[in-house]
Amino acid sequence: MALLSKKDTSLILDPLADNNPITIQVLGICSALAITAELKASIVMAISVLFVMGLGNVVIALMRNVIPSKIRIIVQLIVVASLVIIVDQVLKAFAYELSKTLSVFVGLIITNCIIMGRFEAFALGNGPYRSFLDGVGNAAGYGVILILVGFFRELLGSGTLLGIPVLGDPIAKTGLYSIGYENNGFMLLSPMALIVVGIIIWVQRSRNRALIEEN
Amino acid sequence: MRDKRLTFKKRLHILKHRYRDKKMAPAFNAFHTFLYAPNETTHSGSHVRAADDLKRTMNTVIMALIPVLLFSMFNAGYQHYAAIDAANGISRELSLFGNFLTWDNFWIGIVHVLPLVIVSYGVGLLIEFIFAVIKGHEVEEGYLVTGMLVPLIVPIDTPLWMLAVAVAFGVVIGKEVFGGTGMNILNPALTIRAFLFFAYPTWMSGDKVWVQGAVERAGGPDAISGETILGYLAQNNASEFEYSVSDMFFGFIPGSVGETSAFLILLGGLFLIFSKIASWRIMVSAVIGALVMGLIFNGVVDAGWIGESSKFYGLMSFEFWKHLIVGGLAFGIVYMATDPVTGSQTNRGKWFYGFFIGFISVMIRVFNPAYPEGVFLAILLMNVFAPTIDHYVVRGNVNRRLKRFKNATVHPKTTEGEGAKLQVETV
Repeated sequence: MALLSKKDTSLILDPLADNNPITIQVLGICSALAITAELKASIVMAISVLFVMGLGNVVIALMRNVIPSKIRIIVQLIVVASLVIIVDQVLKAFAYELSKTLSVFVGLIITNCIIMGRFEAFALGNGPYRSFLDGVGNAAGYGVILILVGFFRELLGSGTLLGIPVLGDPIAKTGLYSIGYENNGFMLLSPMALIVVGIIIWVQRSRNRALIEEN
Repeated sequence: MRDKRLTFKKRLHILKHRYRDKKMAPAFNAFHTFLYAPNETTHSGSHVRAADDLKRTMNTVIMALIPVLLFSMFNAGYQHYAAIDAANGISRELSLFGNFLTWDNFWIGIVHVLPLVIVSYGVGLLIEFIFAVIKGHEVEEGYLVTGMLVPLIVPIDTPLWMLAVAVAFGVVIGKEVFGGTGMNILNPALTIRAFLFFAYPTWMSGDKVWVQGAVERAGGPDAISGETILGYLAQNNASEFEYSVSDMFFGFIPGSVGETSAFLILLGGLFLIFSKIASWRIMVSAVIGALVMGLIFNGVVDAGWIGESSKFYGLMSFEFWKHLIVGGLAFGIVYMATDPVTGSQTNRGKWFYGFFIGFISVMIRVFNPAYPEGVFLAILLMNVFAPTIDHYVVRGNVNRRLKRFKNATVHPKTTEGEGAKLQVETV
């Protein structure tokens, strides 16, 4: 890989699996539970976080030597808030229905623990290029889980994917529904998102036993 | 060629030895233990010989459930034919031997209740065996009771695949992830019920599911009603049902498969109390809790704070003691709340635990017409709080003893220095 050094590649790939912000660090859970009932919302949320985190990390990394450490949290908040406002306005302009579905959770990206965590832990001590890779990697790790959870919740809960019916028509009783299958309403409720995330964590840790914490 | 003279027991024994230390060993051990008494003894140390192992505990509960199961099979058919008669405008007099304990009724029960039992045991035990083999521990007997409780707390027309999905969910998420039998914080049978309720609400509530056949006939010319008493009350239609108090008590009413007969549940409860399997403290306090909440609601109605137009009137004006004999409250109190794993462990804690189960059950019943049956929610809620209750009971006990100890240390025989020293140590 000529484009990225080995170290830089791991910045992107590590958060996807073995250092995943949701399943390993257990950060950013609230939005993962709240908006994953639809796959579309999960994807948009993932992209929004990708944008905010990639750019935010770069901005913080560029300013890292001039930010007084006493007020760094405020500076970080201002950076992330500005980026979130951009995302929010874009969504409202081009995807109004979706921004209604995501409602307050776009605004709450500001308080997403993953973003603040990466600013503090990485961008304040590394250059803009590496910080960008780190931001993209972590946002992608977050997005992968979001999309995975959204996929199962929408498929089992509504029988659709991205709003397109894939299991047949539940009212006209076609496809799977003709043999008595029914949508699982529990999947649309937030508790089930927690359980799905739990199952993902379970599967991941039983595949890679090194991830299991000592207690 | 197998020797025909070998008994089944002997063959199982041979199999068991052949698979010793292999991956499949727990499966054969479980069959052997289930069918025959275990033939292993502890080799070291002193040990007490006692017959009341987990298997016997579980079997006692199942014995207490058998009358309920048989009754539910007859009642399934009786409610089915009664609903058809009612739809055709034929009035029906209940006579125990005339039209209740009949083969026709029992056949409906066999065709519709037995598959629920088989699916519940089949799926649940399969998962238990898989987990035992993967984890390499013995199969626990815990599922024996759960598997019998599950078919008794669902509506009779529950599709079998739904039950299978729910059982798989309940056993894996409700029990195995915590470490299996004895480690679970929630009652697995109620976890299964809750999953069904939230996942497939149209099959678990409403006026169609409680009588066999009401769902498939819905909308047709031969539609029959499957409404429960609580359902009528929630709609303020108390005058529409014609069930007498004795119908309610003996269980000739529609409802979940096994919950209807308060009489048989009472007998089962007494049997469990006298065989010392279930806690009488939990049962008594839960009954008190339900009565207290019922009395409060009756009082609200008597005081005139709630008019007849209120949507709560039907359930609030329901005589407080009748709450015990309709719906699943009796069944929940006797067989679910007393689960020794998920309930409170301390005697004082059991009083609080039981009281709030009864109290909250009736409260949910009345306040949320969408959940005419709040018992399973109340028990699950108190399952979660049971460790907290126990914690404070133990804490209270420690504090009381500390106080006693403190008083004892100022006894003239003890020198002041010693008392102070002891006190510091305990703090």
